[in-house]
Amino acid sequence: MTIQTFDIDPAWHDVGAVTDIPERGSRRVATAQGDVAVFRTGDGRVFALVDRCPHKHGPLSQGIVHGHGVTCPLHSWVIDLATGHPTGADAGKGCTPVVPVRVQDGRVLLAQPVVAD
Amino acid sequence: MTKEKLVVIGNGMAGCRAVEEILKRDPERYEIAIFGAEPRVNYNRIMLSPVLAGEKTFDDIVINDEAWYRDNGITLHAGRWVTGVDLEARKVIAEGGLEVAYDKLILATGSDPFRLPLPGADLSGVVTFRDLDDVDAMIAASAKPGARAVVIGGGLLGLEAAYGLARRGMAATVVHLMDVLMERQLDESAGYLLREALLERGVETVLGAHSEAIVGEDGQVTGLKLKDGRTLPCDILVMAVGIRPNAALAKASGLQVNRGVIVDDAMRTSDPAVFSVGECVEHRGNCYGLVAPIWDMCRALAEELTDGEGAYQGSVLSTRLKVSGVDVFSAGKFAGGEGCEDIVFRDAARGVYKRVVIEDGRVAGAVLFGDAADGGWYFDLMKAGTDVAEIRDTIIFGQAITEGLSGLDPSAAVAAMPDTQEICGCNGVCKGAITSAITAQGLTTLDDVRAVTKASASCGSCTPLVEQVIRATLGDGFKAQTGPKPMCKCTSHPHGAVREAILAQDLKSMPAVMQAMEWTTPDGCASCRPALNYYLLCAWPGEYVDDSQSRFINERVHANIQKDGTYSVVPRMWGGMTTPDELRAIADVADKYAIPAVKVTGGQRIDLLGVQKDDLPAVWADLNAAGMVSGHAYAKGLRTVKTCVGSEWCRFGTQDSTGLGIKLEKFMWGSWAPAKVKLAVSGCPRNCAESTCKDIGVICVDSGYEIHVGGAAGLHIQGTQLLTKVATEEEAIQLISAVMQMYREGGWYLERIYKWMARIGLETIHAATVEDLDNRAALFARFVKSQETAQVDPWAERASKGVEAGEFKPMATLPMGMAAE
Repeated sequence: MTIQTFDIDPAWHDVGAVTDIPERGSRRVATAQGDVAVFRTGDGRVFALVDRCPHKHGPLSQGIVHGHGVTCPLHSWVIDLATGHPTGADAGKGCTPVVPVRVQDGRVLLAQPVVAD
Repeated sequence: MTKEKLVVIGNGMAGCRAVEEILKRDPERYEIAIFGAEPRVNYNRIMLSPVLAGEKTFDDIVINDEAWYRDNGITLHAGRWVTGVDLEARKVIAEGGLEVAYDKLILATGSDPFRLPLPGADLSGVVTFRDLDDVDAMIAASAKPGARAVVIGGGLLGLEAAYGLARRGMAATVVHLMDVLMERQLDESAGYLLREALLERGVETVLGAHSEAIVGEDGQVTGLKLKDGRTLPCDILVMAVGIRPNAALAKASGLQVNRGVIVDDAMRTSDPAVFSVGECVEHRGNCYGLVAPIWDMCRALAEELTDGEGAYQGSVLSTRLKVSGVDVFSAGKFAGGEGCEDIVFRDAARGVYKRVVIEDGRVAGAVLFGDAADGGWYFDLMKAGTDVAEIRDTIIFGQAITEGLSGLDPSAAVAAMPDTQEICGCNGVCKGAITSAITAQGLTTLDDVRAVTKASASCGSCTPLVEQVIRATLGDGFKAQTGPKPMCKCTSHPHGAVREAILAQDLKSMPAVMQAMEWTTPDGCASCRPALNYYLLCAWPGEYVDDSQSRFINERVHANIQKDGTYSVVPRMWGGMTTPDELRAIADVADKYAIPAVKVTGGQRIDLLGVQKDDLPAVWADLNAAGMVSGHAYAKGLRTVKTCVGSEWCRFGTQDSTGLGIKLEKFMWGSWAPAKVKLAVSGCPRNCAESTCKDIGVICVDSGYEIHVGGAAGLHIQGTQLLTKVATEEEAIQLISAVMQMYREGGWYLERIYKWMARIGLETIHAATVEDLDNRAALFARFVKSQETAQVDPWAERASKGVEAGEFKPMATLPMGMAAE
């Protein structure tokens, strides 16, 4: 399992309102590096991960969000939204890069991963 | 020696508390003058809620009366606006040209309520909830019989305002933008309980509501219009959407201001002679809107101004809601976060929900509903950063139990309990009653003890304690609970018990089930949520609103996700029949959207594979335009009805199997089920439609229709069993629908029909649908009822009505980033 690292554009990009993301759900943000999945949990927190399960690259944005985790739609790995690490039986098997995200005045600000040559 | 001159701008909670703290330390040091914008003495603003509710009077909430100012030699300029501060000359300039010189100045100008810039916001009857004048306006509005109030804002202040108005006899409705009340303090579970508790107290809530405009007549407010088109009528409208620091004076005077007046740890502003405390300040980037930090700031300021060294480090916050009889507490990271673990306790019978968040072995936050007595204890543990590893097992039970057991391992503690100690509060059972029942009657299991003593037979919250008593009494003789497997790790209840409870206890939402069945997680997991969503949908057709975030992706986007993240689309072909027009439309769609693969499925339909998610609505629109609807190939529900050509074409066909298949599919499509359901109708026993490996199969014979159930050709290969034979198509459709409904109501989520049948037995299905004709009719009627709201083509909704449009496009596209070197 290769773990790919990402450089991050230091600028923050406004990608929309928190309420654009369904509660306990996710939206995709298209970037030059591929999609980023932005999640909103049941308790109102916002997380962002590269939209790719470390297992077989399932789009995590399409999974079910519960607590602070997401269950991948392809093979049900559960990924910790805060760390990008798989949990439970799959712990320790790779990880999904975390994309810095913050919320300010109800807007979601994302740091863009940039293409690393 | 002349005293130093201290001037305070702001006669509110912060300004006066700062003065009190200074007087406490050095009463002789300053000659003090206070400016207040309100024409009254210092009162406790946070107690305005009980005043509004009629539970207290203004006199009850005065903190410092006129005598206090007089006795301490303080000059009060009440009702006098300060218009400027001359930092150079060190003097304060007030209305009417009054100038007061200072040596030290304290700005305690507090905050202003935020007003939404809605059309109609200037109508009479639109108020905020900030001072006594607002309260008076609200009380006046409540005097009109049948008066209605709308409060915008489901935070602490808004709820207190709404509760107060309801107590004054008004019909009060809270309109909140978010889906959870007090979302900055509460998680969803506590928010749900709060909503129920408010409803009991006459306060309705409208969640997820966007306000569009305030409407009125003759300059007086008459209602609030929402973006969804609804208008909520009202005689008074309260805006309680938040506050912002009032730093205008500081800014105009030339002090450094960001969101609030910027201060250092000594509460000093950018001018060394000017200090600031309270809601108007910004300290280390934080602005506070609660009272505890203000007290902290005032102590630090008083130290600084009386020869000490002010050192305010910022505050950790906790909140309590002041609504009578509703016990709510929240502090810290109540919602958890990175590296946090949750301990959740629910007591359905008492309406209690507690969640303690642990991080690195320490309490990081807590949210308590219904029993908040231990809030202070958790808050203290949190602030002190106490290592709670030792008391982790019992911490959720609160201070009394935890300290009662401290230092003992739980079983030793239980062994050491006196016989008179009450174990089960619901049924009043003492330890002695349990141990003597165990000994006298030879009980070995929790169920036995429950049956005999009633301990833990009600709310069940004492179950772990009862088990420990049994273990302590029997040692190795204790038999741990066996029985049906729990639904998932979030609950101890099996599927069947949850389904029964949903009906028996009228549980109509997911938080209601989680509370009633004492879920140990805040919002379930990927295995219980889809199950609960289905169970609620099945139990309350037409009433329960489907939660798409609790569905697997295939059902959420009405297409099947494939290994590369693309989707496949299968339009319905009734009974396997199609037309040249439909085939042309499918071919056109495949061309237009560059769909790479087109395949015939095992269920006699055409699968378009490799569709990009963003293209799905357009693909569906084109298929809809050609008259096709979703094939539900992704559904935990009815998928296909496979047929042979039957008597229409086949020389062996005994009945019109294609026609019956079409009738069945048109009647049953759209119905959700615990797992996928496939049907088939074969025109003769040669069984070309392979009916005997379907969930429900029909074999047509000369004398009628054999109905088969429980086949599968998936992970397990399983032939059907014959349920019965019926004479007519109508009877076949009725019986098959009844079996389907019985399975819908009794199957566990993801349990295919053959597994369900293995669990309950073919005889049971036979008895309920073949022998008992009344029951068959009742099942059929419930199926028909459910179909009334189920037969909605999800493609059409998304293709033309824009349902969940956000699902199918990125929320944003970021520009190409700079390539890193």
